[in-house]
Amino acid sequence: MSNKEACEVCPVHHRDNLVRLGVSMDKVDFVVALAGNPNTGKSTVFNNLTGLRQHTGNWPGKTVTRAEGGFSYNDSRYKLVDLPGTYSLLSTSTDEEIARNFILFGRPDVTVIVADATRLERNLNLALQILEITDRAVLCLNLMDEARRRNIEIDIRQLSRELGIPVVPAAARRREGMAELTAMIEEVATGKYACKPHRSRNRPPRLQQAIDTLAARLSGQFPGLPNLNWVALRLLEGDQRIMDAVRSRELDSLLTSQPATESQS
Amino acid sequence: MMKQEEPGHNEEIISLANALRWDLGMDFHDKVIESTYADATDIAGKVVTRGDDRQADTVDSRVDRILTSRWLGFPIMFLLLAVVFWITVAGANVPSRMLASLFLDTGHPFLKSVSAAAGLPAWLDGVLLDGMYLSIAWVISVMLPPMAIFFPLFTLLEDLGYLPRVAFNMDRLFRKAGAHGKQALTLSMGFGCNAAGVIAARVIDSPRERLIAIITNNFSLCNGRWPTQILIATLFIGSAVPAHWAGFVSAGAVVFIAVLGIFFSLVVSWGLSRTVLRGEASAFSLELPPYRPPRILQTLYTSLIDRTIFVLWRAIIFAAPAGIIIWVVSNVHAGDLSLASHFIRSADPLALLFGLNGVILLAYIIAIPANEIVIPTILMLTVMSVGLAGQGEGAGVMFETDTAEGTRDILAAGGWTLLTAVNLMLFSLLHNPCSTTIYTIYRETGSWKWTLVSTFLPILMGFAVCFFVTQIWLLFTG
Repeated sequence: MSNKEACEVCPVHHRDNLVRLGVSMDKVDFVVALAGNPNTGKSTVFNNLTGLRQHTGNWPGKTVTRAEGGFSYNDSRYKLVDLPGTYSLLSTSTDEEIARNFILFGRPDVTVIVADATRLERNLNLALQILEITDRAVLCLNLMDEARRRNIEIDIRQLSRELGIPVVPAAARRREGMAELTAMIEEVATGKYACKPHRSRNRPPRLQQAIDTLAARLSGQFPGLPNLNWVALRLLEGDQRIMDAVRSRELDSLLTSQPATESQS
Repeated sequence: MMKQEEPGHNEEIISLANALRWDLGMDFHDKVIESTYADATDIAGKVVTRGDDRQADTVDSRVDRILTSRWLGFPIMFLLLAVVFWITVAGANVPSRMLASLFLDTGHPFLKSVSAAAGLPAWLDGVLLDGMYLSIAWVISVMLPPMAIFFPLFTLLEDLGYLPRVAFNMDRLFRKAGAHGKQALTLSMGFGCNAAGVIAARVIDSPRERLIAIITNNFSLCNGRWPTQILIATLFIGSAVPAHWAGFVSAGAVVFIAVLGIFFSLVVSWGLSRTVLRGEASAFSLELPPYRPPRILQTLYTSLIDRTIFVLWRAIIFAAPAGIIIWVVSNVHAGDLSLASHFIRSADPLALLFGLNGVILLAYIIAIPANEIVIPTILMLTVMSVGLAGQGEGAGVMFETDTAEGTRDILAAGGWTLLTAVNLMLFSLLHNPCSTTIYTIYRETGSWKWTLVSTFLPILMGFAVCFFVTQIWLLFTG
């Protein structure tokens, strides 16, 4: 390892190692979910990585079902799941439910959050909610070309520090940033990049206290649950789906170390 | 089995959650959202520097102000649609004629001679060549040219970002109808495929409004029905006016039917939300995406692959068995008449009340799996039942329809008038969804009741509308 030249170690060097697998997805090593607000270019990113041609269109709500495809990078095989675009993971419409359940119960190894660089603030609302659920994520800051056109500058490093996950600027329509994105997906999937996801700082103390109490009890019942605080919060909000998951012990499936490929719902 | 072992512990967690929720009071849900928003604002404030973005913004918003303006929004929408149809109508005729001459005038006799030389039994020759081959050939020559022109144009509009503007324009109307504004999006999706539109209704969170969107999606003319509309409008409406007006008038007729569909969508939504699906319209925010210059070549490629070939393939798959069925019902006799003639004769008196005919009704039954094959089925059944001299070589076979005029002559010989054409266009808009869509509706709603409502409501409306049009028409024309 250590005697390699710097160029060989640099992830960008491997840009040619991307092999698009289309729909052939046998023996997958990692599962990657694509989440994000509507109309941020998730399907374009999906098509770029898998070589598939999911129909893309310039309007919100185009993808309402899950699309799946595969790619291989540096000898690892990845399954990519294109989730419906949503503004939040809170409410109960079917598309949000599909996205949320997959991130929670599908246990993707990496969740790629595709965000619109020209509307960062609104897109961060969803990104932050996703980071409550999962530890391992990459922010793909898409539509950078449009942001440039509008003279919007974004401090990528600072954003990455704030969120605690890698941030890759991209313009998927022009295939910019796709090599860097695959490299980052690999680093997070293999654990080379340790994410320290942002957790909310602005919660009222009484609420935080309630979450802590419930989380403590949950951790007794489900030791090792990766997103205790989030599950606790959902229970406090009376989320029926999560209550059912607690009752039926579906949450147990999140504790075992089985790979996501086998436990996807 | 393991799941039921310790229900007590988990129940305890739920009741703890319930107790804590009680303590926190009602408004904490909002606080949670607020805190996430506060974090997002905080982070965005730290990392985003906005330069002078006025120029790009004003171009977009200036265009938006025109496209979504109260007075110009709808006229521009109709005009754009009309231009798209006009190009389709004007461009599809010549390639259609070439394809028909290739597949029907040259291909069919050639295959017949091959099968005669090979000594194929008559029934097999009939099923394969006069049934299956002809129906597929018809589907390709009738459907392919308009689709290959219409879909890329429509996809260009979509990629440009025009559809959300359409939704924005119609939002107000849907809200007044007691439906969800996002229904404008599912409706636009239905212009591609109703099954896709029904699935797209998942973006609507309120079950009541989602159901309304699902039931009314069939009022959006789908891929399978555009060619029917375009063809009949060209043959009958366009030819009823002076030649230099023909393209314009037939495009206008198709736009009229599409707009009528939107109108019925609104009326039925209004009716449902005032009766069985009562409730308030919920608020939502619709984001107008920026205009993105479409990459024309890629759009052409994907719309050809995704839509044109996809729809054509589906049509062919359904046309093949339908062709066999058509041949069988027109060649298997009960008494003196074939099965098809029995049906057509007994349905004719009833159908004429609605300005349709028995052939059309039978065609719509055969074409339940796919709207795409309605026109080919009608043509084959007409030739077979009328037994056009020189046009048919045995029942269920047809030749010499390589021109639009030829097609019209066949239909005219089948007793078609301008009234029949108008009613067929109306009935094509207002009839049951295809079987794929019906199945999708059942899967999405999980309810037989609503599936049946979505299936039969449009048929009833179709008969009612055709009946009134016919009776009024007859009143005026004597």
